[in-house]
Amino acid sequence: MSQFRSINRLPTHTGAAIDFTFNGKAYQGIAGDTLASALLANGVDVVGRSFKYARPRGIFGHGAEEPNGIIQLGSGAGTIPNLKATQVELYQGLEASSVNGWPSVNVDVMGIVGALGRLMPPGFYYKTFMYPKKLWMTYEHFIRKAAGLGATPVEADPDSYDRLNQHCDVLVVGAGPAGLLAAREAARTGARVIIADEQSEFGGSLLASKQSIDGIKAAHWLASLVAELKAYSNVQLLPRSTVFGYYDHNFLTVLERRTDHLGLTSAHQVRQRVHRVRAAQVVLATGAFERPLVFAHNDIPGVMLASSVSTYVNRYGVAPGNKLVLFTTNDNAYQTALDWHQTGRDVVAVIDSRSNPSGDIVAAIKAQGIDVIAGHGLIEAQGNKRVKRALIAPINAAGTEVTGAVRTLNCDLIACSGGWSPAVHLSSHTGAKPVWDESIVGFRPGESKQQERSAGACRGTFDLAGCLAEGANAGAEAAKLSGYGEGNTQFPVCAVEEYKEQPQQALFLVPHTKSTSRAPSQFVDFQLDVSASAIELAVREGFESVEHVKRYTALGFGTDQGKLGNINGMAILANALDQSIAETGTTIFRPSYTPTTFGAIAGRDVNNLFDPERYTAMHRWHLDQGAEFENVGQWKRPWYFPQSGESMQDAVNREGLAVRNSVGILDATTLGKIDIQGPDAAEFITRMYTNSYLKLAPGKCRYGVMLKEDGMIFDDGVCACLGENHYLMFTTTGGAAGVLAWLELWQQTEWPELKVYFTSVTDHWTTATVTGPNARKVMAKVCSDIDLSNEAFSFMDWRDGTVAGIVARIFRISFTGELSYEVNVPAHYGRHIWEALIAAGEEFNITPYGTETMHVLRAEKGFIIVGQDTDGSMTPADMNMDWVVGKKKTFSFIGKRSLQRSDMLRENRKQLVGLKTLQAKDVLPEGAQVVFDAKQTIPMSMQGHVTSSYYSSSLGHSIALAVVKGGHSRLGQIVHCPLADGRTIAAEIVSSVFYDPKGERHHV
Amino acid sequence: MLLIHCPHCQEHRDEEEFSYGGEAHIVRPLEPDALNDQEWGDYLFFRTNSRGIHHEMWYHAVGCRRYFNATRNTVTYEILETYKTGTQPTITGANS
Repeated sequence: MSQFRSINRLPTHTGAAIDFTFNGKAYQGIAGDTLASALLANGVDVVGRSFKYARPRGIFGHGAEEPNGIIQLGSGAGTIPNLKATQVELYQGLEASSVNGWPSVNVDVMGIVGALGRLMPPGFYYKTFMYPKKLWMTYEHFIRKAAGLGATPVEADPDSYDRLNQHCDVLVVGAGPAGLLAAREAARTGARVIIADEQSEFGGSLLASKQSIDGIKAAHWLASLVAELKAYSNVQLLPRSTVFGYYDHNFLTVLERRTDHLGLTSAHQVRQRVHRVRAAQVVLATGAFERPLVFAHNDIPGVMLASSVSTYVNRYGVAPGNKLVLFTTNDNAYQTALDWHQTGRDVVAVIDSRSNPSGDIVAAIKAQGIDVIAGHGLIEAQGNKRVKRALIAPINAAGTEVTGAVRTLNCDLIACSGGWSPAVHLSSHTGAKPVWDESIVGFRPGESKQQERSAGACRGTFDLAGCLAEGANAGAEAAKLSGYGEGNTQFPVCAVEEYKEQPQQALFLVPHTKSTSRAPSQFVDFQLDVSASAIELAVREGFESVEHVKRYTALGFGTDQGKLGNINGMAILANALDQSIAETGTTIFRPSYTPTTFGAIAGRDVNNLFDPERYTAMHRWHLDQGAEFENVGQWKRPWYFPQSGESMQDAVNREGLAVRNSVGILDATTLGKIDIQGPDAAEFITRMYTNSYLKLAPGKCRYGVMLKEDGMIFDDGVCACLGENHYLMFTTTGGAAGVLAWLELWQQTEWPELKVYFTSVTDHWTTATVTGPNARKVMAKVCSDIDLSNEAFSFMDWRDGTVAGIVARIFRISFTGELSYEVNVPAHYGRHIWEALIAAGEEFNITPYGTETMHVLRAEKGFIIVGQDTDGSMTPADMNMDWVVGKKKTFSFIGKRSLQRSDMLRENRKQLVGLKTLQAKDVLPEGAQVVFDAKQTIPMSMQGHVTSSYYSSSLGHSIALAVVKGGHSRLGQIVHCPLADGRTIAAEIVSSVFYDPKGERHHV
Repeated sequence: MLLIHCPHCQEHRDEEEFSYGGEAHIVRPLEPDALNDQEWGDYLFFRTNSRGIHHEMWYHAVGCRRYFNATRNTVTYEILETYKTGTQPTITGANS
């Protein structure tokens, strides 16, 4: 262990040394440090550059509110951008760098922009770079690069993340004094309790407190309380866990960082976990943020929050400077002067904006011989990369103007406190609107919209005794409402030393000798460089709504979501508008509370687990044959079966010719299948399809089209009558679930009197389609108990029988236009039946084909695919399928009335036609637009588009299906398809049936 | 994420088990052919789009596969009741 001692580390504080680098330079911290405390210990003043003016910035806070110490952790695949140095626990070998600042934080060429700050008012980018409009994208690229917002990793994330669904009776958010006591009271009742806190240790403000509770030091009291909670089997403690979202019906999301404190990546453990918690009751004990004071150049490194200075001193043993000036509007911050004094370092003075501070702690400070300068403001900090001086001056009682001579105090650290702002973020997520309360100079949580209550500082209760009491009561109440306990607290009230405090002063903008617009920048939002004068300028330019001012100035837009700046900004806005803060109101906080990694949100839903994959029983066979696959819904379907050296087009040409000339076989398992039974089945099915099924006899099939009530084609398929009151409906592969829901909808909500029941049987059956002129010969070799002759087993019939020893149901339906048998067997026999059919077909060179060839073959026949040739705006008439609409149906089937609407009868509706390119080898791209006049100037009148397009090996030329305005009456006309590459392809409008127009081949 | 009580399963389940079915209590005209285009269009396309109390259908898609109705506040997303198809809501607002 080295003897290295960081310059600002207090001798009272020791720990194991930890090596780390920041912006490429090596440093040492000690166990228990955050990156921020370690940097401060090493005297690193500048940790980043500001977003707009590139001003040097140092660590300002100690938690989620930190606006300046925004860092990139690590490099390579595991890197995380935009973390706050105050929340990153130090580990051996940690590498971090500033997200802002190029080429380095200390030499920043963008610094020149900072010098020009006065020339960059709010809306600067909009005003300057919007014209010419065309170039905005170019400008934006450079602006973003110059500003820098951290780099996203470009390699796959090597870590694993997961997600846990949890239920509890009481979720306690925050493990400070209020949260801990809430958890203890709820735990005692037997309720299931989860308590989550974003820090590595429980305790919240007590971790840096020197107060005593029940006569013992806060740290010891804390340790025994946490041990007590751990002993309950019904309590789950989640440290390093940020509750980042509060959603409807008490659903909260918690990000648990499980290994981030150990290193950049973790091969064998879950790095982060999202707990999705459904809580019966919630206690919010999220604490408060100290409010900075807005004075000139309050952003120079060395200006910090008073509570942060105390935290670094008391918790981390780091004194970030030597000579402290404390600037406060309240008694509470005097503690920082005491804490600093006890380190043996110099407290130059306490500047109090109030004219006559006289609380207990003020007296204590004076008793230490510390100079308290009342009725003054710290109006300006001076220094470049570190504070060197503070300018102070007497101010009037209202805090609006400087009333006397300016004095200079030499110092290297300014701690400031403008009071505390409750962290109302999570309560705000629920839709509760924060309410301004003058007595605490802050927004309190609004009326609860969900089963939640706030306790402690986040409710505006800032004294320790009050926080403890409120926490205990909230825990007991939440437990009772979730069904546990009587609602009364079980543990005695904690004894806490009480200080007499005087009221704070509301001071949102510290006056300067110059007007706000002339004074050096008084920063409100550090991360986005929003100054008080910018807000006033926005008002002068006519902005009034807080939401508009926020967007115009970017106030609160940073990754810190304005946790520090918002209240000051709104108060300055209210003042400029000459109205109250209550009237001005606040913007709305939304999830996430702090930035959350995409990895955590995705959890395990990545790679193979992104979406379920469905395989048919023959999948392994397809793999063995080297098939290429296509995703159809969740199904993996063979796309084509390339033989060695074959291109996709070669394979598809070969497969198509095999079907037309001999026989092919297709895995058609994935088609949706719905078993429909009941005495009213035929009536119900007839209402759903455009044609009638009332007279469909057992052993027969019929093709049908289903419409939505607006008359548009929704799905299609064959429906077979299996027996009396028993039908089997085939749907498209992708439409199966939607069709089932559609059937259920009408049966359950409109016609419950119809007795009919639906069961999805898609997964119960395997389907092999044998198709081609030799299909019957192949079937005859494996099936002896069915008369396969055309007379006994005709087109659109189905038969029960045995195929290769397996009970099978065979349908003579055809999607290729050839003689076809669709063989259905119980799913597990799929591979067996498939191999038997392949063996039987060997002498005919039976050829397996995939979905691409299936598409070509059906397009040759002009058979539509719902969702490809239709798009939800196509009727049967548009598709030239009037023949499928039963004109004599007595019942008004779904969609029937809509077919008579005036828009449906329009003559120039887009109608399905075939397109035959004038050059046989030209294959139109699907989606190509169709125009009538190739010479028309742009924008041309688009008359339709290509829906399906292939090269047909059987026909020796390309074929396409298209929808063209008034297409049915344009047969023989020449149309043109201008393409993105500049070519224009001419084509003739022909019938959509290219092959065997009389349909003779499937009737053999 | 909503927590929805399925009146058929008699259980509260997460929203991801359900799919939304649109406004409830819209009766399909018994004789569609007797309606003119405007009347039919009203049935097809126009909904109340209520602010506040709204009666709507939900489908327990990966549960019991039954449709049912819910009375939901469209401002707060609070579900005030769920009830079986064919029954009437007990909570109604001015707009419903």
